[in-house]
Amino acid sequence: MHGLINRSIQSFLRETYGQKLWEDVVQRAEFKFDDFEALLIYPAEQTDAMIEAACTVMRRRRGDLLESLGTYLVTSPNLEALRRLLRFGGLSFVDFLHSLDDLPDRAHLALSELDLPELIVLDQGSGHFRLLCAPLIDGAGHIVVGLLRAMADDYGALVLLDHLGTDGDYEVVVIHVLDQAYTAGKQFDLALPVGPER
Amino acid sequence: MKDESVSKDTGMMLSKDAIGRLMPMHIALDLKGNVISCGPTLSLVLKECGLSGQKFFELFNVKRPMGIASMRKLPALLGEKVQLRLNAAGHDFTLRGLCHDFAGGHGYLLNLSFGIGVVDAVRHFQLTEADFAHTDLAIEMLYLVEAKSAVMQELKELNLRLQSAKQVAEQQALTDTLSGLTNRRGMELELSRLINLRKSFTLMHMDLDFFKQVNDTLGHAAGDHVLRTVAQILLLEIRDSDIVARVGGDEFVLVLQRLDEGNLDNLVADRIIAAVSAPIDFEGQPCRVSCSIGITKSAFYEVLDSETLHADADMALYEAKRAGRGRALLFAPQVDVARSA
Repeated sequence: MHGLINRSIQSFLRETYGQKLWEDVVQRAEFKFDDFEALLIYPAEQTDAMIEAACTVMRRRRGDLLESLGTYLVTSPNLEALRRLLRFGGLSFVDFLHSLDDLPDRAHLALSELDLPELIVLDQGSGHFRLLCAPLIDGAGHIVVGLLRAMADDYGALVLLDHLGTDGDYEVVVIHVLDQAYTAGKQFDLALPVGPER
Repeated sequence: MKDESVSKDTGMMLSKDAIGRLMPMHIALDLKGNVISCGPTLSLVLKECGLSGQKFFELFNVKRPMGIASMRKLPALLGEKVQLRLNAAGHDFTLRGLCHDFAGGHGYLLNLSFGIGVVDAVRHFQLTEADFAHTDLAIEMLYLVEAKSAVMQELKELNLRLQSAKQVAEQQALTDTLSGLTNRRGMELELSRLINLRKSFTLMHMDLDFFKQVNDTLGHAAGDHVLRTVAQILLLEIRDSDIVARVGGDEFVLVLQRLDEGNLDNLVADRIIAAVSAPIDFEGQPCRVSCSIGITKSAFYEVLDSETLHADADMALYEAKRAGRGRALLFAPQVDVARSA
């Protein structure tokens, strides 16, 4: 698993629930290090061990925790760069949904070793979409739900989301876009704002 | 203004609106240089620049090909790669593109882009995704620029973490990398341990003699070889419980335990001097060094502290050097007088 993914999960746990929780997770998962490095590659089991440890320590359901993670990825000020990269997907929320097909390729453009799960978006008409999420992390569909919820806010769209479990290897998320311009959404200029980064 | 443009070869007809969407930065001129069509993005850019003229040369300076400043010379642009500069102060952008004729040679069509300047142009003119043709990779380029910056930021932070970890590791290191001996820090740790345990020990400060000459005449590689060889000699002369450290360029410190009886410390020191004084071979060249040693013993003191011990051993070493090098001297009260004077 790419360290960027592990590092994002670590940031989510530490920023949201505190350093103590992170230390408990490290101990419970029996990691021999304190931090994931964003640009190293780690064995896939460690990602799962981290998520499982966090669920156990906090007594939270895996799906709930992963959904919070998805929301965090878009809304954390520390990950503004990621929100911006996602917004490059399109002018409207529906454009953005269609751009998710390209997400793994876009990730490879940025970092050739960064593998993201394949996402297949099926447009079923009148604002209904079905999204299939290939396996990478067990429960990745819940991350997608959290992330889409936050991105809908970002675009100002009114959206209903539901995780329907699995269909074969794929996790299924259904999306109903009720209103693309429900609120003004959050400002997005193509050009990066001038000023100190982060 | 005609509402439709015609391509010469096939007679394919496209509405202005379609051309605008396919080429949002095109400009079409009649043979007199009047603008007859302008893509929506280029229109926006010209408006931002305060350029409202209807003549091509009021809007642009032709940078490449060179020497084209009037309509008379415009045919020279046909089929050429073209670079145009916006004719507006404070908007220093060079557009690049291609010029072609159309309508059977009754007009010029230029399709333009910002080229590599697109990142600055997007900021300057506050362009959005809708301002670029769907086939244009400008958005992907902006995406890559930002992805690259984010990755570089991660790398920068990683390097900072690695650098500080390296500094910590160096501070915690106990070994001198050149000789493989204990370093000053390791020696001090061991010395304070012996002091705390009230062990009796002998402290020797040792300097190489003539080491600088070896460095100067045979080079630093020879000097390094001598230091490594001396380290090996010292390790042979001491026991496992003893410490030998390299604490500076050609300065060594030995901490030897249980040498209290009789004259043992002088014997050890003399043996070391004899061994070090034998020529050391470096690539067929003999390196001749010797060493001087200053000695003090824990038994001399009622209260032990390492600073005093080092100062006294140094004093003895200084006297040994002054007395002609290649010898060892034991610290003695009469030597001490010089210090307190």
